[in-house]
Amino acid sequence: MVPLWWYILLGVVLFVIGAAGVLVRRNILIVLMSLELLLNSVNINFIAFGRYYADFRGQIFAIFVIATTAAEVAVALGILVALVRNKSTLKVDDVTVMKG
Amino acid sequence: MDQGFFLLFATVAVITALTVVLARNPVHSALALMACFLQISAVFILLEAPLLAVVQIFVYVGAIMVLFLFVIMMIDVREAALQRFLPGGNLPALVLLVLLGVEMFVLVLSSDRFSVTEPVAMGGGDQIRQLSTTLFADYLLPFEAASVILLAALVGAIVLARKESG
Repeated sequence: MVPLWWYILLGVVLFVIGAAGVLVRRNILIVLMSLELLLNSVNINFIAFGRYYADFRGQIFAIFVIATTAAEVAVALGILVALVRNKSTLKVDDVTVMKG
Repeated sequence: MDQGFFLLFATVAVITALTVVLARNPVHSALALMACFLQISAVFILLEAPLLAVVQIFVYVGAIMVLFLFVIMMIDVREAALQRFLPGGNLPALVLLVLLGVEMFVLVLSSDRFSVTEPVAMGGGDQIRQLSTTLFADYLLPFEAASVILLAALVGAIVLARKESG
């Protein structure tokens, strides 16, 4: 049987990798993908704790996280398409003004 | 047996996650992220959450990543592929990340809350039925709120990506 802390460590490693992608990459698409990675590592934690403490709420929270992620990605990619159409850039440090 | 499978899935997941962050081409990142999601759904099966594993494959691999690939194909990514990382100012972020990782490692390894090895037995088989009963009885209001959020995101994405913003 796999001990609980193995799953937690997998979540930690994926979270740190995803946070690195959010913080140091300059391509907006990669930043969005790293956000997905962050949310997935949190899902692993939810389900692992729910399994080891025999509680369904872990899985239910994971379902809500997945639903919210789908909404977030749709809106973020809509904003990204509008941004590329208006400013034709994909770099995060070119998008520092709200109006323009 | 379980441990070997877990180590296999976890190793591939970490390698593909690193590929996501380090790859120069966004298409390679997207494909690596797909592979990573497949490994994570395998981990969900190891955790005896088959519903979540299927939902993970449908929603993430089937919908979200295909959406990403469509957007990558729609827009011109060649000019952004020249420079991989933010120029300068990486050091504080990296220090912060290392601190975060070390802190979480120490917390996980030193606390005895995480050293449960044998999961508490779930109350009888038919977990999906219990899960859906809990979801649709106790969590009905958040469920409805999630559907409203999805509808708002649908409308918002259409409005944002429309040609004329007038």
